[in-house]
Amino acid sequence: MTASTNSSDFQTFDYDVLIIGAGGAGLRAAIEAAGDLRVGLVCKSLLGKAHTVMAEGGVAASLANVDERDSWQTHFADTMRGGQYLSQPLMPEFHAKEAPKRVLELEQWGALFDRTKDGKILQRNFGGHKYPRLAHVGDRTGLEMIRTLQDHGIHQGIDVHMECTVTKLLTDDGRVVGAFGYERELGRFKVFNAKAVVLCTGGIGRAFKITSNSWEYTGDGHSLAYHAGAELMDMEFVQFHPTGMVWPPSVRGILVTEGVRGEGGILKNTDDKRFMFDDIPDLYVNQTADNPEEGWRYTQGDRDARRPPELLTRDHVARCIVREIREGRGSEHGGVYLDIAWIKEKMPNAEAHIKKKLPSMYHQFKELAGIDITKEPMEVGPTTHYAMGGVRVDPATQMSGVPGLFAAGECAAGLHGANRLGGNSLSDLLVFGKRAGEYAAKFAAENEDTKADPAQIEAAAAEALAPFERATANPYDIQFELQDLMQDKVGIVRVESEMEEAVTAVRDLKERASVVGVSGNRQYNPGWHTALDLDNLMTVSEAVAMAALERKESRGAHFRDDYPDKEEEYSKFNSVLYKGEDGQMELRREPVPALSEEQSAIIEENR
Amino acid sequence: MATRSFNVWRGDSSGGDYVEYTTDITEGMVVLDAVHQIQAESANDLAVRWNCKAGKCGSCSAEVNGMPRLMCMTRMADLPEGQPVNIKPMKAFPVMRDLVTDVSWNYRVKEKIAPFAPREPDVDDGTWRFPQEDGDRVQEFRKCIECYLCQDVCHVLREHNKHDEFVGPRFLVYLAALEMQPLDTGDRLLEIKDDYGIGYCNITKCCTNVCPEGITITDNAIIPLKERVVDRYYDPVQKIWRALTGKS
Repeated sequence: MTASTNSSDFQTFDYDVLIIGAGGAGLRAAIEAAGDLRVGLVCKSLLGKAHTVMAEGGVAASLANVDERDSWQTHFADTMRGGQYLSQPLMPEFHAKEAPKRVLELEQWGALFDRTKDGKILQRNFGGHKYPRLAHVGDRTGLEMIRTLQDHGIHQGIDVHMECTVTKLLTDDGRVVGAFGYERELGRFKVFNAKAVVLCTGGIGRAFKITSNSWEYTGDGHSLAYHAGAELMDMEFVQFHPTGMVWPPSVRGILVTEGVRGEGGILKNTDDKRFMFDDIPDLYVNQTADNPEEGWRYTQGDRDARRPPELLTRDHVARCIVREIREGRGSEHGGVYLDIAWIKEKMPNAEAHIKKKLPSMYHQFKELAGIDITKEPMEVGPTTHYAMGGVRVDPATQMSGVPGLFAAGECAAGLHGANRLGGNSLSDLLVFGKRAGEYAAKFAAENEDTKADPAQIEAAAAEALAPFERATANPYDIQFELQDLMQDKVGIVRVESEMEEAVTAVRDLKERASVVGVSGNRQYNPGWHTALDLDNLMTVSEAVAMAALERKESRGAHFRDDYPDKEEEYSKFNSVLYKGEDGQMELRREPVPALSEEQSAIIEENR
Repeated sequence: MATRSFNVWRGDSSGGDYVEYTTDITEGMVVLDAVHQIQAESANDLAVRWNCKAGKCGSCSAEVNGMPRLMCMTRMADLPEGQPVNIKPMKAFPVMRDLVTDVSWNYRVKEKIAPFAPREPDVDDGTWRFPQEDGDRVQEFRKCIECYLCQDVCHVLREHNKHDEFVGPRFLVYLAALEMQPLDTGDRLLEIKDDYGIGYCNITKCCTNVCPEGITITDNAIIPLKERVVDRYYDPVQKIWRALTGKS
């Protein structure tokens, strides 16, 4: 196939609302926007395969089915505390208030959650949540959720474009008017004219070497929005999930659900010591068990017990694990031990219980590591998991600074602040996916049809085809180099000098990425796809490094060896990144919005 | 570390052939790792579909040494040494390119099936109550990751190409999940008999054997559906009852 940029190569589609990304947020947005409007849904993979499918533990919503003391107020306070008070306060409020409705809606669409004894949706404990709050289906909640949304969504008249990647947003006079992309099968281009565009592209995990994220998570939405003139926020906060697999090497980074700890799993170092009791942060002292027995009682539903330290927030648990490994108390393959098998001391039928509660973990370790988790401990270590940072949006409408451009789910910022609580991601997708769909539809209804500028389309096509004209660097080599760089220099423990190196090195790699070449033709060519994703990875990597450098303190997921404490000065702003006049990335400090009186009172009550 | 050789099918809808590659294998590697390594080292444009690399998304289905498998869950150590690993795309679907097949037929089939239709809520707040036991058997079916390996191995699709008359094991599982959902009010039995071709299944259990999620497809989903169809449409007593009353 020749590398023609003839516009007859384009297929053109006209929509009111175009949704980019078909995980939980994208599907929920599409369902909301569909009805009278023309809605297009673009997925980078096949429908139903997006990263939501990987979510294990559950969806956080204060249904209060297991503990009637739970309420939206407590969920709000937990989320704010977990985010170290850098969240945009309205987002945790909307989230906590609306999550129960969104979960019940899933049941109405066919989701089959585990049940309580009285036949309601069952909820489980999770890190940072005061009460059992996560509605779940064993440890495959994400699969249940995406399949429910998919199976409902396919009957709503949504136009689905599978295996299609958007490479550019099209704009007109500062407003978004559509998108440009290619489909994988034959490499043909697609042009989408749309009155409103919703980004639901997920995270940036592929910028790091050790990650639980799949190939798709290259920061596409972050980068598309940034280049279209939107702002990014909180990019320094990258969540390293404390428990990823560490052995064998080929599975390094694959997620081990927090549900293991929720069910009573404990963390131990090579001296067989339960090290999580050694360091309990001030914010959580009142809520944390001070002995193993109390912790066990908590996991078994004793309402008077406090949570075991293994269920502290992810940022803290990850750091404690890193400390153990650095100080020479790690496991054989450079992790620590996560033990659920020990519960046989506490209950009969422990083996069957573990298999029932954690079936995919049992399966995963059995198949991939040859470990039987009902009999022996797992080896685990931190893995890049989630970007708290993303497109800066209006908390209510999810619209970015670019009119007509919305973002929801992981690629949007504002809900999780400096650290996300487990279970708050699935509820985020539902609550803000719905809001984005609703307000994008409203925007589309209130605005005229648009048509993209042919020159922009031609330019996007030429840019996409450029790698075929070159045959220099291998795109995979550049991607691996970037991943090593980010892992080593902007990873879980950060210092000034290394991050300065990283910023320079990323800019250098960006130059080299702009000349990578690919072999073969346009038909389902992963080399080409990798080359086109590089620019997105560079953009988000630069943003992470710049924001991390700016924050001279340790807070939430951002930990600095040279500034190990929290600093008052830094509690007052979010870092915002944007494209400056000269095309360079710039950073400014944006004050954290003040709490309302009601919000302050709720936080006080829940101290 | 050991070097292993692979015969990987390369081509597209117009045809193709096996190409031999070699790559180094380290401890714990799965077939998908080897394919990725070959892709990064010597065949940048080798087409392979994958996402999670943890057996949860069902994207990397292919035939490894003749067996329908998820490449991400097939450990190199479990394959016989001393012979090349043979990898080809699923046979039951048209090839797009290399190891990637066009599985869009599955999406079209699902769209035809009447969706979940819940009964009225049990409680005024719009919620339902049912015991866990009522959900257990459906939860087994909902473990399905839509890898379509069951479709690939099913001789009705694979050998006889009855895609127009038979929905395949995946969608019989999907139908069973709907029909047995404690809240569902739909009735899809006539379609299961006439349009979805359940009669084609002669319960060889090949689908159950390849399911990476261990769903007991034949015994727990297909046979109960067959029984329901038989009870309603082929039971002589029922037949007389229907003739007399006009009710189904």
